[in-house]
This record gives sequence, structure tokens and C-alpha cells, in this order.
Amino acid sequence: MTGTATAEPIRIIGVGRTFGGAAGTVALEQVDLVVQEREFVCLLGASGCGKSTLLSLIADLDAPTTGTIDLGGRRTAVMFQDANLFPWLTVAGNIELALRFSGVPKADWSRRVTELLDVVRLPGAEKRRPHELSGGMRQRVALARSLAQEAEVLLMDEPFAALDAITRDALHGEIERIAEERRLTVIFVTHNVREAVRLGDRVIVMKPSPGRIVREERVPLPRPRRMEDPEVARRAGELHDELDLQAGGAR
Amino acid sequence: MSAVADRKAAPPTSTDARGRGALGSRLRGTVLPPLLAVVIALAIWQLLVVLEVKPAYVLPSPATVFGQLFTLLSDPTFLSGIVRTLSRGILGFLIALVIGTAIGLAVARSRFVRSAIGSLLTGLQTMPSIAWFPLAILLFQLSETAILFVLVLGAAPSIANGLIGGVDEVPPPLMRTARSLGGRGFGLILRVILPAALPAYLSGLKQGWAFAWRSLLAGELLVIIPNAASLGQLLQFYRELSNAPSLYATMIVILVVGMVVDQVFARITNGVRERRGLSALRN
Repeated sequence: MTGTATAEPIRIIGVGRTFGGAAGTVALEQVDLVVQEREFVCLLGASGCGKSTLLSLIADLDAPTTGTIDLGGRRTAVMFQDANLFPWLTVAGNIELALRFSGVPKADWSRRVTELLDVVRLPGAEKRRPHELSGGMRQRVALARSLAQEAEVLLMDEPFAALDAITRDALHGEIERIAEERRLTVIFVTHNVREAVRLGDRVIVMKPSPGRIVREERVPLPRPRRMEDPEVARRAGELHDELDLQAGGAR
Repeated sequence: MSAVADRKAAPPTSTDARGRGALGSRLRGTVLPPLLAVVIALAIWQLLVVLEVKPAYVLPSPATVFGQLFTLLSDPTFLSGIVRTLSRGILGFLIALVIGTAIGLAVARSRFVRSAIGSLLTGLQTMPSIAWFPLAILLFQLSETAILFVLVLGAAPSIANGLIGGVDEVPPPLMRTARSLGGRGFGLILRVILPAALPAYLSGLKQGWAFAWRSLLAGELLVIIPNAASLGQLLQFYRELSNAPSLYATMIVILVVGMVVDQVFARITNGVRERRGLSALRN
């Protein structure tokens, strides 16, 4: 915990993103957000609310039209809805490529791969090929690959949206544990209210046209949590009703 | 210790059984159909001979032709013709491989080069290779160089276009992931873009070989070099001597070489597809 209390937060100030010139689509407008060190923040909203756009901006995969994003010198790693494993590489090869791109010396690769596969609970999967794995296993490998970068901030763009409920619940537990163990700051995009409440220390609710933050909700529930916890369900229900009211026929 | 030995001993028997079953179905699936096609083709050929559609000195029977083929396969001139044509083909293809790959990379990575020569490459692909020969002969006389010149012009555009297509079609999510993992510059090209483009590049190579082989044979018919027997030249020679059996036998050799090389490419491509889990799509 040393130093973490004094660490600068991530500051997103007045960020906007317009696609296709000045008269184009406003994907994001005037977004302000401060994320504390080791906080687990969920960006929640319907499709088109700019949550994925915001994540790409934080990941530096895209540049904002207005405003600034200050990560306080932190590095980011990203996970997407699709695992996007490189199909010509084995599981180990996929993780090794991330290690190579991060400048980790070759001598350490094998040890790091073993360790990372243990972390995501896929020990011994080194030689397997992506197409031989189930969707959940692929996401575990993608997670290991992201963790290989040793980034302080993990950005997740609906990483479990394509998985079945049982696999998703298992991975919720893993990500909660790994974020805790590795002292990660997590920004997690989802359109699933229950998932946001299940995972987040804080839920940031966004709305479309133009994409913006409309409210935020702290979730001071103890961890580990479960999808079925009555308190998770109750809070998700409340948030859900409110979103429906706000949407009020707009979509 | 004995448990390990047992485990080691057990699998081979089961793989053997599976292997034999797989071999059986593979025979039925891959060997039987082409064999049947050949038998039917030979039957039609024999029928045409029996019906005397053409006189025997123009249309010899399959038996005569294959008999002649076996004789030719022990004739040093014929064998050196096969070797010469094959080595020209391989040498020219390798030159085209280097040039085509270099051009393909340049076009794929540079917008300037693309707008400069991108459409020219496709244009060159549609150019009948035989149309290059007068120019080639003008430039290089009746020489090996003239043949190689046309062969490379025929094959390189296909190879370049295969690579360009492969690079262009790298799925954007894969690129985004690679960038988010920190891939940049040459490392990104070498470790992500080129491997992702490999299947399209391989089909470019295969098409390049087909063009090379065609250009080569056309070249050997036109560019006659004295004392250097080649398959194309032998074809011309046998026609002049009205040696129909040898003419047919030579054509069979040309066809078989083309098919064998095609099989080699197919093997490589299938191997790549299988490792990537793409072969299931065929079933």
C-alpha cells in the first residue's frame, strides 16, 4: 500500500471526440472523470453512448478532439470483447509476443508465460492453439496477454459480453481477484447493469447523442461479490429503472 | 516407471488403428476421385481412337503414348529437357518471388507507391505473357534471359498482389490488439502483419507459379536456343517431325509437373490453414 494513497489519479478533463470533421458525429462531449489509483470503475450505457470511444481514448488508440487525458505516467493494457488471439501463434506465442513488444528479455519469457497462465488458471496450456480453445479460455489467454504488459491500468471493453453466463460469472471472480492481487486500476466498459454493479467500486452511467456522463453511483459492497447477491440485484434494479426512465422513449 | 512406460506404449496402438481408419477414408476421399477421372479420360481417349475420329498418326492410342513416354524417360535428351525447363521455372520463380515480394511490401506500406503503381500491377497481371516476347527477344535476343524476363514479368505481379491483398485484409481488430500490445514499426510488420497476410501471400505464390509455368512454356516455343533441349522446344520439334506419340507424352509430362507443383502449394497452404483452425470451414 506504500505510496498508493498519494499517487496521482487518472484525470480526464473536458474530453470530446467528434468523428468526420467539425459538422460530424459527436461521439463524446465534455467528459470529466477522475479515477483513483486501484479503483475499479465501470462505464455503463447503451450502445452509442461513447463508452468504447472513451476507452480507446484512454488507451491512446485514438486521440480526443478536445480536452486532455492525464494518466499520471501509468501504462495501459486493453482487452476487447473478442479475444483477438493471433491464430498463427500458440497460447505461449501469443503471450510471448506481448512480452516481446513490452521489451521483456527473451530469457524471462518461459517463466513469465508459466506464471501468467497460472494467474488466469490455464496452467499447461502453452502449446495449445487458439482455435482449440473455448470462448472463455480464449478470454483467459487474452487476459494473460494483457497482464504480460505489466501495465498499471487495465482497460476492458465488454470483455465477457460474448460468453455464456456460467463462464462469465467465473471470469468475474478471476478479474476481481487479479485486480486485487496485482493492484490494478480497472476501467471496465459494459452495457450490463448487473455486471457493472457486481464489479465496480463506482459505476459511471453514460448516455448517447452526444455521448456523455449523466450520473455516477458508488457501490460500497464488500468483496468478493456475486451476481446473485441480493444487494447487487437491488442496486442494479434501481439503476436499471432509472436508466429506463431517463431513456424515456428516446430509444 | 512402469506406469510411464505403459502410457508410452498404449497410444501408438490406438493411433495406429485411427491412422489406418483415417488412411482408408483418405484413400476414398482424395485418391479414388482423381483416379476415376483419369480412368474415364483414358476410356474416352481410347474410344476416340477406336472410332478413328482422327488417323492414328495424329491421334495415337493411350497405350502407344504411354509406351513412348517410358521410352522417352530413359532418353538423355528428353530428361535434360525436363531438367532444363524445370530449372528455368524454379530460377525464374525465385527471382519473381524476390521482386514480387519487395514490390508488394512497398505498395502495401506506402500510400505513395500504391497510387503510383498499384493499378499498373493489376494491369500487368492481365497482360498476356506471350505479348512480351517480341520485346524480350529484341532486348535480349534468343537467350535464356529473354525467357526469364517474360517469366518474371508474368509471375511477379501475382505474387505482389497476393501480398498486398493479404496485408490489406488483416482484420482491423487484430491490428488494434497488436497496437494496444505495443506493436510498432518493423516489429509490427514482421510479427503481426506478415504472418496475418501469409494465407493470401501463399495463394499469390501459387498463382504466380501458374503464370510462370505458362510463360515459360510459351517462351520455350518461341525462343529456340540451339543445343539446349527443353520441354517447349521438344514439343515444337516433335510436331515438325510429326512424332505424335512423343508430342502427347511431352504434354503429359508438362501437365504432371504443373499438377505436382500445385499439390506442393496445396499442402503448404492446408498446413497453414489447419494450424490456424481455418480448415474446419471447408467441411
